[in-house]
Amino acid sequence: MNSSPARYSRSIDWITVLIYLLMVGVGWLNVYAASYSPDAPANPLSSLSFSELMAFNWFKQIVWIGAAVVLIVVLLVIESKAYDTFAFVLYGGMILLLIVTPFIARPIAGSRSWLELGPMRLQPAEFAKFVTALAVSRYMAGINLRQQNFRDQLVLAGLTLLPPLLIIAANETGQALVFGAFLLAYFREGMSPLILLILAAAGVILILALLVPKLWLVGAFTLILGGAFAFNSKLWRHHLPLSLSVWAVVIGMVFGVDFFFNNVLQPHQRKRIEVLINPSADPLGVGWNVTQSKIAIGSGGLTGKGFLQGTQTKFDFVPEQSTDFIFCTVGEEWGWLGTLVTIVLFMTLLGRIVYVAERQKSVFGRTYGYCVASIIFFHFCVNIGMTIGLAPVVGIPLPFFSYGGSSLWSFTTLLFILLAIDAYRKQDLERY
Amino acid sequence: MQYLEGRKYVVQAIFLTVALVFAARLFYIQVLDGSYKLAADRNTLQRIVQTPYRGLIYDRKGQILVQNTPVYDLMVVPREVKQLDTARFCQLLQLPVEEVREGLKAAKAFSRVKASPLVQNLSTPELAAIQDNLIDFPGFSVKARMARSYNTHTMAHALGYVGAITPAFLEKPRYAKYQPGEFLGITGLESYYEDQLMGRRGVQYRMVNVRGIEKGAFRGGEFDTLSVAGQDLHLSLDSELQEYAEKLMAGKRGSVVALDPKTGEILVFVSAPMFDPATLSGKGMGNRYMELLNNPERPLFNRPLMATYPPGSTFKLVNELVALQMGVVTPQTGFPCNWKLVRCTHRHEYPSNVGIAIKQSCNPYFYQVMRTAVMRGRSTNRFEDARLGLAEWRRQVMQFGLGEKLGVDMSQEKKGLIPSSDFYDKRNGYHRWNFRTVYSLSIGQGEIGITGLQMANIMATIANRGWYYTPHFVKGIGQGGPLPQFQVKHTVGVDPIHFEEIIPGMQSVVDGRGGTGNNASLLDVGISVAGKTGTVQNPHGDDHATFAAFAPAEDPKIAIVVFIENAGFGGSSAAPLASLIMEKYLRGKVAPWRHRWEEWLPGPAERFVKHH
Repeated sequence: MNSSPARYSRSIDWITVLIYLLMVGVGWLNVYAASYSPDAPANPLSSLSFSELMAFNWFKQIVWIGAAVVLIVVLLVIESKAYDTFAFVLYGGMILLLIVTPFIARPIAGSRSWLELGPMRLQPAEFAKFVTALAVSRYMAGINLRQQNFRDQLVLAGLTLLPPLLIIAANETGQALVFGAFLLAYFREGMSPLILLILAAAGVILILALLVPKLWLVGAFTLILGGAFAFNSKLWRHHLPLSLSVWAVVIGMVFGVDFFFNNVLQPHQRKRIEVLINPSADPLGVGWNVTQSKIAIGSGGLTGKGFLQGTQTKFDFVPEQSTDFIFCTVGEEWGWLGTLVTIVLFMTLLGRIVYVAERQKSVFGRTYGYCVASIIFFHFCVNIGMTIGLAPVVGIPLPFFSYGGSSLWSFTTLLFILLAIDAYRKQDLERY
Repeated sequence: MQYLEGRKYVVQAIFLTVALVFAARLFYIQVLDGSYKLAADRNTLQRIVQTPYRGLIYDRKGQILVQNTPVYDLMVVPREVKQLDTARFCQLLQLPVEEVREGLKAAKAFSRVKASPLVQNLSTPELAAIQDNLIDFPGFSVKARMARSYNTHTMAHALGYVGAITPAFLEKPRYAKYQPGEFLGITGLESYYEDQLMGRRGVQYRMVNVRGIEKGAFRGGEFDTLSVAGQDLHLSLDSELQEYAEKLMAGKRGSVVALDPKTGEILVFVSAPMFDPATLSGKGMGNRYMELLNNPERPLFNRPLMATYPPGSTFKLVNELVALQMGVVTPQTGFPCNWKLVRCTHRHEYPSNVGIAIKQSCNPYFYQVMRTAVMRGRSTNRFEDARLGLAEWRRQVMQFGLGEKLGVDMSQEKKGLIPSSDFYDKRNGYHRWNFRTVYSLSIGQGEIGITGLQMANIMATIANRGWYYTPHFVKGIGQGGPLPQFQVKHTVGVDPIHFEEIIPGMQSVVDGRGGTGNNASLLDVGISVAGKTGTVQNPHGDDHATFAAFAPAEDPKIAIVVFIENAGFGGSSAAPLASLIMEKYLRGKVAPWRHRWEEWLPGPAERFVKHH
């Protein structure tokens, strides 16, 4: 600490902190509602012992939030240069942890990804996010994406891909997909927009291939390409090989979807995508989650059923109601206004993070800021998307809302490292 | 690197796009699409319906007719049936194997997890025989329910019956509150007074969780209602008199309706052939219903309400009253018994006044009465004159409650037909018909159609000298009186004086020397009866016999119509039957010398429907 606490405190971005506290507070209310039981004692805090209280998710969440506050203080007190300096060390440690986790963890819900420390369970994959974010930001600070140094790009890709591969090996595909979000941060730092476009196009083609008969798709694409050549002779001369290879790749993808679908994806993953296209395909299996989650949210109406009045979430129709499907409680009890407020909260936070990231002097700080925004955004997209039937059911939490220590702490860490870096930058400015 | 800063807008645009898509999608599923709310209620709300105790039915004298007794349904949950020992099971229930197999198949088709009835309407002794052994058959259980039981073997047509609601009923808005498998009145009073008899269901809303375990009352029981027992019905029917009338009508086809003219209360209501009301209740009810339905004598046909016949000579009274009211004839008007106009019933004295005409039931006389009433010279064109005249005549006639439903408290009632000018315009063509076309109406023949109940109501109206209360079966609901519409006095637009002018003629029909209704005379016990015989020409077979009367003539207490199909002349079959019922009602007993009438069966005896 190289200056007075008062000055340091002034340089913290309190707006972000405020949004964070709001989200955690609203999140806790919904965790309370989701785990509330009318049979419980009227005044549990005074009538039950600590260990009895720890049987309730809402109480445990209070403990996790308390711990998160301690964590925040620690994160802000640490000399922020340390994040820069020790980024690779942390990364190395994380990789080691991810490698050993499957060997020392007990299997829980089909995956060996949870480490047990006394009463707590931690998921290293959660923390891999901010560690990887730190490492790639640190590496990014030393290279220039625009200069197309192939070796640098390869290293960056490797840094980004190694943790998710290890996570997939531990059977936590959902957490691994999150690392795709780093592309947004790389895009800001100069990655060619073509990569984003190609990925988006690939996504569209994959979805179309599942929805539309394949021959139609091939025919339509061929017609479009052929039409472009017919009207533009320049294309014919200069871009024929490229165009033909794009055509071949697309055709390959269209027909490869089935192979990917049947041979690469695991049966439960395949189900999740089938259900997305047709929720009634498996009404009591994966479709159950989607259907019940939509029913819970949809039954909320404009203003909701009121706090603690939700029936779908309370009576266990919605699975994982306090963790992955916490958004159902928001939707059922607070209605569209509640879900809208939640979305606005996320948009405000993301906008603020982008603002904070943009005011960083260092590439490290800015890249890290974008990584934070991208990761939170990815969780937001996939989590809410799956509860309303727009994304496949992927078991990832809603940041700051979902019940659970691991997820709360990892997002808190992710966010407050950014605030620590930001605060340090401001102090730097003040000093000169 | 300045140009890269612009990319922050791209990133933020991506964020915003997703947020907008989510907000729009949420608006759709939360606000616009109501189906999720319904689905949520289906998920959690369990509706527990408490069926109230159905109202009882009493007769005029407070004797209980219809009550509730517990019966038991053997229910089956197909999924829970394990290794059924079919042979032993069938032996226990004393049912053929095929029936049990069919029942199980139907239950499976309905639901594998919900209970559906396998055998319905087991009586308490039948239950006792199987209950102890039922424990060996998992998946089977017994559900208690209340069913109708009867303290009378009579008035099946009036009482109607109670049965399980059918899919066709469920679609009607009136029965929106009913659930499949519930019971309700299907016909007769059980159906008309369904709302009163049913009472109010108690409904409790329970919330259940995903495993079907109760989680307490929905919103603290805010929407729960207590059941309210149904109201009792107090009928105006006299069960003793009804039983007597049914005994007299045994083996015949036709109807008897007797009213208390002062109140419109129905005292006797017989539709022959009859059946025991218990036939349509209890175990095997479905089969018995089919037997009744397929019986060529059509015992289920509610004749007094649904059979419309040309009323025959009894209608001459209405014809005369209308003409008197119009002022086109007087009681002293005489018309020759001119057989060229229409054939008369028999050779008789010159009908020099209405009294003789009624007594002799002179067809040409009433032909001329109606012609005078219809052909008023409103137009020089005789076709147009007939059109205008018939329309005016019809308006008057319909005031007697004819050609329209009277509005009795039973839904099967038919309107009957008083043909209009339009009717003949359509049938014969405009200006293609005249009085010669419609004259049959004057003697109650031809296109005219009247129900037994309407005929009885005419008698009540004459007895009252010009007014009636709508006939009804129920004189008291619960602690209250009849429905309000039965407390409204209707007048028929004919001056009381004109009734006094025809009643002596009706008395002479019964009590005068050589009257057509001498068989109905009760003069020997001091009661003067006013009546009118009728013989309805039947193109399909023997003529139908009718007799309509009221007594005592000076202070009428009963008005009655007896209609016997294919029994020929009304004076010889219908009249004595009517007199027996009237005497029994007025005196409480029948003079010994008239008991011979009771055994007299004018109808073909082989047409006998099994009767208690």
